[in-house]
Amino acid sequence: MLSKKQLFSRGMLDIAPHMLSVIPFGIICGAIGVDLGFNPYLVYAMSIIIFGGASQIVFLQLLSGGASSLVAVTSVGVINSRHLLYGAVLSEYLEKLSFIKKLLISYVVVDQGFAESNKFFKKNKTEQYLHYHLLGTGITMWVCWQIATLAGIILGSFVPEELGLKFAIPLTFIAIVVQDLKKLDHVIVMLVCGISSLLFFEAPFKSYILISPVIALFVAALLLRLKK
Amino acid sequence: MTWLSITIAGILTYFTRMTMIALVRRDLLGEKIKAVLAYVPSAVFPAIIFPAIFINDYGTYIEMNDPKIFGALVAIIVGYFSRNVIATIFSGLLSYWIIIFVFLS
Repeated sequence: MLSKKQLFSRGMLDIAPHMLSVIPFGIICGAIGVDLGFNPYLVYAMSIIIFGGASQIVFLQLLSGGASSLVAVTSVGVINSRHLLYGAVLSEYLEKLSFIKKLLISYVVVDQGFAESNKFFKKNKTEQYLHYHLLGTGITMWVCWQIATLAGIILGSFVPEELGLKFAIPLTFIAIVVQDLKKLDHVIVMLVCGISSLLFFEAPFKSYILISPVIALFVAALLLRLKK
Repeated sequence: MTWLSITIAGILTYFTRMTMIALVRRDLLGEKIKAVLAYVPSAVFPAIIFPAIFINDYGTYIEMNDPKIFGALVAIIVGYFSRNVIATIFSGLLSYWIIIFVFLS
């Protein structure tokens, strides 16, 4: 049985490699916001209030492109709706927490943190304080995201754009799913999701990010039925 | 006005994070749904990966010889065998940089 502290550190350790892409992305996010002409305080406040990488950029780009607030807010909601799926997966492991703790821990659920903690949870179901791992991944992400966006806001895009560091984002997620390429059913689900996301990319409010997982999960359900 | 929008966007985002964890009882989800949920990472992350690789900043599809495709393939191969996140990200970036700075410059 691992202690709370051990689980927290393990979470930090598991998420740490992803900072290789999260930090440059945070710097870019902060810099873009200021470049688009927004109040620096406002750009930074988003990192605390929304705390969701891509959705923050999309929000500012839409507003500066002349879209209405309603469109910008709706798009953020749609982009971030994927967290509903993460929550559904995590709820199994967080069941025993009090309502207040559930409310608090929810704030730090992000893509990479969910992915790494979920991997850990699957292998260590019996641990008593599992949620400390999620706190470790989530808080590490939060702290690094705050520092990175702040750095981008203050220093501007000191990361040269020619480096193409935005490319580190898909690479982080490739690192997360690459081991599942061993399983044919997962490969099919991934391809269905990926291809759908390209087909529905033009759908309003960035809804491809919701539509493609729904289609992919439907295919997953069909595959499960076939397997039986 | 922008502050209000950000606050609403933030509340919405928080609700997407909190709803399933705090408000939905796990027992409501049957065994079949739990089995499907095991596919969530595979069913969600490609929707971030594919557009980031195949669609450029202007919203159009990239050419088949785009260096990002090569970088992604290298990352997949390195990641598959190394099982190491840093190696995956770094090999992808490095191969991408080699193409854009050495071959295309």
